[in-house]
Amino acid sequence: MKSIIPATLAILGTSSTVALAQEARTIDQAVNETFAAFTGPFVSLIFAPFPGTDFPWIVMWLVVAATFFTFYFGFIQIRAFGHSIQLVKGDYSDPDDAGEVSHFQALATALSGTVGLGNIAGVAVAVGIGGPGATFWMILAGLLGMASKFTECTLGVKYRNEYPDGTVSGGPMYYMSKGFAERGLPGGKFLAVVFAIFCILGALGGGNMFQANQAHAQISGILGDYPGWITGLIFAAVVFAVIVGGIKSIASVTEKVVPFMGVLYVAAALVILLVNYDKIGWAFGQIFAGAFTGLGVAGGFVGALIQGFKRAAFSNEAGVGSAAIAHSAVRTKEPITEGFVSLLEPFIDTVVICTMTALVITISGQLMLDPETGNYLIEGSSIKTVGGVSGVALTSAAFATGFSWFPYVLAIAVILFAFSTMISWSYYGLKAWTYLFGEGKTTELVFKIIFCIFVVIGAAASLGPVIDFSDAAIFAMAVINITALYFLMPIVKREMNSYLERLKSGEIKKFKQSA
Amino acid sequence: MSTKIVIGLDGTDSGSRAVSYAKKLATLIGSCELIVVYVIEWSPYSFQTPEENEQRHKRREEEITAALERVVNPAVKSLDAEGFTARGVVKHGDVADLLNKVAVEAGADQIIVARGSEGGFVSRVFGTSTANLVMTASVPVTVVG
Repeated sequence: MKSIIPATLAILGTSSTVALAQEARTIDQAVNETFAAFTGPFVSLIFAPFPGTDFPWIVMWLVVAATFFTFYFGFIQIRAFGHSIQLVKGDYSDPDDAGEVSHFQALATALSGTVGLGNIAGVAVAVGIGGPGATFWMILAGLLGMASKFTECTLGVKYRNEYPDGTVSGGPMYYMSKGFAERGLPGGKFLAVVFAIFCILGALGGGNMFQANQAHAQISGILGDYPGWITGLIFAAVVFAVIVGGIKSIASVTEKVVPFMGVLYVAAALVILLVNYDKIGWAFGQIFAGAFTGLGVAGGFVGALIQGFKRAAFSNEAGVGSAAIAHSAVRTKEPITEGFVSLLEPFIDTVVICTMTALVITISGQLMLDPETGNYLIEGSSIKTVGGVSGVALTSAAFATGFSWFPYVLAIAVILFAFSTMISWSYYGLKAWTYLFGEGKTTELVFKIIFCIFVVIGAAASLGPVIDFSDAAIFAMAVINITALYFLMPIVKREMNSYLERLKSGEIKKFKQSA
Repeated sequence: MSTKIVIGLDGTDSGSRAVSYAKKLATLIGSCELIVVYVIEWSPYSFQTPEENEQRHKRREEEITAALERVVNPAVKSLDAEGFTARGVVKHGDVADLLNKVAVEAGADQIIVARGSEGGFVSRVFGTSTANLVMTASVPVTVVG
């Protein structure tokens, strides 16, 4: 019976399907061309290279900031790593605050916005273009990015708005306007407005279109090729139901399933690595060799470096400012504690999960090597892969070498990750939107509808323009946010020194003794 | 020094059985303080959306007010009216853990709870709060059937 129905439907629908598919293809093409034309200049500006080089200035901007914060705070990501874990465990949480947002919850919420396609598709893009060497730079960017995240999330909590009804709102908009005013610096409000604009674009780009696009790629990879706008419409309807219809059960189920998907993903990667334990040494060899020579990839080691840094920033969002919005709801009397907790985010996201993906892709042998030179075979600007695949399909193919059924699990994971990231970013975008246009049901509804429309555009457009715009919008946020962080970092340093002194003297005590 | 008894309520009818038994015991003992405790199930390790986090403080206040108004205050009021010494406590967290903690902190001699009204798959796998309390409590526990 099962096989008769599709067969009958197929016969009945053959002629009309062909016509529909052609029409749909035209819609997708039109969306794609219009989108690329509109976003092109913005993308070019953000990714403009340093004169006479191929190195985008924005990548340098992020890395220099992360390195600077690392030195300025005395390698806080290493010094406070253990204490951060104690904070997440609740060792320092006041039992009287039970029922409030815990450090763990703030971290988990922020992670559900960052762990997702960046770790699966983004890493595949980085390794597919920059080779395994990109992984080295990705890990380095993740480690340095921990200091950026520490800075922004401390400020996010310190300058959040606490309203009389008990709700809280925080993020770069608030620390820019309030922090600058406190330090007697001009321009805080201006930066906040510009940041809010870029945050809205980032929410529509990386937080929405990229997710819809890759989710469609996954679904069509399994069900067969069909027009993207159909996936877009379905996704938009579900997102609409949650953010406009207030159907919280969908969001809360997703929030609960996504962490398990994350654990399953890492577990599957670990099993593949354990089965291929003899190749791990070789894979790290490729990573180190590729990091400094490029192993034949386009742009050499600089190409690997650019890809590694770019995709790390896109994945962990350190310096972008989005996490400061997510972390600001925590209950704490010491804003710096959330800074400590937040520095675990790039570690989990990039140093652990992204590295897992990169290692599995490298070990799987999907990237084609020239046996004579030991270099990777290049096709266009990317490394030639066994199935000619890229992005999330490359990760899928790599995991399939370990578990043939894994692409199906991955497809579900991608869809859920995409959805949870969309929900998180719809919130970040909404916060920026209400900062600009004020709070109110109508203004909020306008943003939410725009957000849903972009879901459809994202699913219909092809990967190239979507990924370019998504990156550009996210990085534009970082331009403004990091500028503000440079001006406000003395406040964070003061808070950090005061806290660490009190911790050392025993003034700050544990409420719970670790077992 | 008076005897202290902790009564755990869960907002259902079974709680009234625990209160009745506590009253009977208090009458027999004489000088006795009854501490009525209601625990709102909560884990600091749960997963929430950003919007839920934003609203959390407000929700917590609402939850405490609702628990006081609907469960704890009426119980305390009726105990007071009958001449017993009683006070109420509302907390967020794990039921078994907090009932025991309140009892230990207050120096209570006993915890009285009614047999749990929980059922279904979760309680079969993880056990009921009552069963957990019986297994982990540091003070004697009476479970009223």
